[in-house]
Amino acid sequence: METPILEMKSITKEFPGVKALDDVTFSVRKGEIHCLVGENGAGKSTLMKVLSGVHPFGSYTGDINIEGELQKFGNIRDSEKAGIAIIYQELALIPELSVYENIFLGNEITNGLVIDSNESISQAVEILKKVGLDVNPMAKIKNLGVGKQQLVEIAKALKKDVKILILDEPTAALNENDSDNLLHLILELKKQGVTSILISHKLREVLEIADTITVLRDGKTVTTLDVESDKVSEPILIKNMVGRSIDNVFPKREKITVGDEVLRLEDWSAFSYAHGREILHNVNIKVHAGEIVGIAGLMGSGRTELAKSVFGNPDHYRLSGKVFIRGVEQKFRDPGDAIKSSMAYVTEDRKGNGLILIDDVKHNISLANLKEIAKAGVINENEEILVANQYRADLNIKTPSIQQKVRNLSGGNQQKVSLGKWLFVKPGIMILDEPTRGIDVGAKYEIYTIMNSLVEKGMSIIMISSELPEVLGMSDRIYVMSAGKIKGEMPIEEASQEEIMKLAVDY
Amino acid sequence: MEESKQTTNEKEHLTSLLTVLKTNISAYFMFIALIVIMVFFTVTTDGVFISSRNISNLINQMGYIAVLAVGMTLIIVIRHIELSVGYLAGFLGAFSAIAMTFWGWPVYAVIPAVMILGVLAGMLTATPVAKLGVPAFVSTMAAGLIFRGALLLVTMGTGTIVIKNSVFNAIGNGFIPDLPIPGLLPERHKLTLILGLAAIVLSIFSAIKSRKTRQSYNFSVPNFGLFVAQMVLVSVLIGYVTWILSGYNGISWSLVILLVVVAVFQFITTKTPLGRHIYAVGGNPEAAELSGISVSKITYIVFGAMGMLSSLSGIMYASRLRSATTTAGLGFETDAIAAAFVGGVSAAGGVGTITGSIIGALVMMSLTSGMNLMGIDISIQYIVRGAVLVLAVIFDRITRRKM
Ligand SMILES: Nc1ncnc2c1ncn2[C@@H]1O[C@H](COP(=O)(O)OP(=O)(O)OP(=O)(O)O)[C@@H](O)[C@H]1O
Ligand SMILES: [Mg+2]
Repeated sequence: METPILEMKSITKEFPGVKALDDVTFSVRKGEIHCLVGENGAGKSTLMKVLSGVHPFGSYTGDINIEGELQKFGNIRDSEKAGIAIIYQELALIPELSVYENIFLGNEITNGLVIDSNESISQAVEILKKVGLDVNPMAKIKNLGVGKQQLVEIAKALKKDVKILILDEPTAALNENDSDNLLHLILELKKQGVTSILISHKLREVLEIADTITVLRDGKTVTTLDVESDKVSEPILIKNMVGRSIDNVFPKREKITVGDEVLRLEDWSAFSYAHGREILHNVNIKVHAGEIVGIAGLMGSGRTELAKSVFGNPDHYRLSGKVFIRGVEQKFRDPGDAIKSSMAYVTEDRKGNGLILIDDVKHNISLANLKEIAKAGVINENEEILVANQYRADLNIKTPSIQQKVRNLSGGNQQKVSLGKWLFVKPGIMILDEPTRGIDVGAKYEIYTIMNSLVEKGMSIIMISSELPEVLGMSDRIYVMSAGKIKGEMPIEEASQEEIMKLAVDY
Repeated sequence: MEESKQTTNEKEHLTSLLTVLKTNISAYFMFIALIVIMVFFTVTTDGVFISSRNISNLINQMGYIAVLAVGMTLIIVIRHIELSVGYLAGFLGAFSAIAMTFWGWPVYAVIPAVMILGVLAGMLTATPVAKLGVPAFVSTMAAGLIFRGALLLVTMGTGTIVIKNSVFNAIGNGFIPDLPIPGLLPERHKLTLILGLAAIVLSIFSAIKSRKTRQSYNFSVPNFGLFVAQMVLVSVLIGYVTWILSGYNGISWSLVILLVVVAVFQFITTKTPLGRHIYAVGGNPEAAELSGISVSKITYIVFGAMGMLSSLSGIMYASRLRSATTTAGLGFETDAIAAAFVGGVSAAGGVGTITGSIIGALVMMSLTSGMNLMGIDISIQYIVRGAVLVLAVIFDRITRRKM
């Protein structure tokens, strides 16, 4: 047998109170696409950070061999030299800089002292061709969609000689089209001899492109499967990941009769000063008690903007139109007002505007509803601990303690903290923006179950999602948005992927 | 079953204790550094440093910077800076002097009036910051220039204004009265000792009570030995400080003011929703706003509090000098900012405690006092203080990154 291009042997990595990796063995053949799957907090990102030198040699135990040679990476630069490129769960581009400047950031091409823009641009064009991205290299990053930004990240990684390309949940924030593009690119790179390691919670895409799949659970390797010879299927993967089988990804909920109207938007439009244009045009929607309303659409179709504009308008758009909550017109001055009207908004961008990363789990959970645990203006910290532990148990948040800084949790567990925080507000109308982004199958099932029990109790949920199966599996009614407009509305019985996509791409 | 639950509980408690210890390691370190500095000066000055008289002086000198450091901590926690506080303090000190000396206002009207003025000035300075997102650096620098001009303007005709009001002058120079108990400890300030004792009893009671409450929630508590050790440590500390103070004139009014300020702000920051909101805004303003916290409201509150503390600082300083001078307040902001950073606040926002900054102020003031006693030249003093400031911040960075 030929030597694997990468072999990680008996890797153990501990954080205070957590054994993130426990004697993990991980081996990758040259030229293959190797997927790494597992529940939130299983240790996937940590394993890759060990490999890329983010967690340097000496902070873990075990051996890393690349093409048979023992490696001791002290930092990311060392691993880059060895031909490893990693693209993190979060994008790391500078929005104000251009595409080419981002590609060469940290490795600027100079003639002597000054940056050689011409040479940089022409090299950038070559690299962009490699990733099949057709954009002006001088365009600013902030003007590109997320899908294109993701490709720029990869272009940035590919500018050097890359042997192993690591992608940590690259498609989590991408729509179907962009995801397909990206997966194609990975297959294309495989033909050129690049070995890829891909972390993803989207099992369908994993099965589509993987040659081999390694499953991690609780910091241990559960198994490594050869997709073809082992005849791997989604249920098999799920069983290995969560340790039990999940028959129905979308749990059934009791069909209840929809109640009164709780939210209505009339001719709701928003003008963004930052963009210098109108971003929402005459939106008319209704939400009733006890229903889940799905809002489908492509990235950038204005769904998040719609949510924020209703939820107290923190971005200060110029609004026109009317919001009615339970039949009464409301003019929210800020999110605080919206919360008082029993609304909640779980953001799509938990790190950016969802959580206080430097603070701990319990403070994050209680933040939006401190009055509930305060008596005579003094916070009862013991009550706070009870509350936090309650949500930790309900949502199955994996953390050594509720005193842990949220920054140190895995991506999916951060999402659960964010959800717990808004459940604690005990809202009547909850807007969930991409609620299961980056969440594992088991946890998704849990979150769906919670959503069901909430609407069964009469709550209303507005679910913004780019995952069509999720929209179709969970909603009672669906609106489709495109370019800031509502393009269509359909009860779930009449909805289909094709119908939604047709409306979503109709500008 | 019960047993295994017990052990996981204990394990969890241990890890959370570890986390808490780790997060506060720089605070503990600064505390230890403070003690080392104090012992060092005590040795090099043959005990003069730790003498009752010197410690009493040190506290009175520190008072007007320490109250500023308390406010500055919150300003930096919400990711801003306030460069006008020194000049504002100087101006408000002069304003008090004028109001008492020339307008004949009674002292008990002057003090609240000046404090309200301070709040208004702070909020006014904050307006461009809160409403339009003007960097606080610019807004407060501009305000500083204006207050400096105002100070020069009001003292133009008179120059230094001498303050004759004895009540006002007691703030920076006076001490709480003693109890006339003849025969008992004639060399000591008895009320100070009694208050110290009361503080010890109070702290023990509140520690026991909070332990009991935790137990009533079935939460694990630190084991009894540790708990007792902690209480003994706190008691010894309070006891020692009051013992030293009682050897001179007892507790000064400056110390009373400082303790009240620290107690109030410590309470607000650690126990109330407002305190949480302040740290949330510092930690992630966007997330805070979406959680229903008005970032601009918090900005006004924090700058208003800073203005109020500036007025206190100005009053304490004018009182200490028994006069308002044209240079009052010069450089106070630098000392306050330094104290806050030595005490562990982070310019990145969301991190920093009131007690930390007070320790920071004590460190800086001990350095000044100790070096003065040793007769070290002012030039070297500046260099040493600069070096300590940068070392403290470097240490803070390193311990934080390790986590
Ligand atoms: N810097 C850190 N400090 C402390 N604990 C950490 C740190 N980084 C990760 N952990 C912990 O290590 C475990 C593994 O985390 P990791 O991020 O590798 O999970 P993951 O498999 O990538 O999960 P997800 O699918 O949610 O991204 C988690 O329990 C997490 O809380
Ligand atoms: Mg991860």
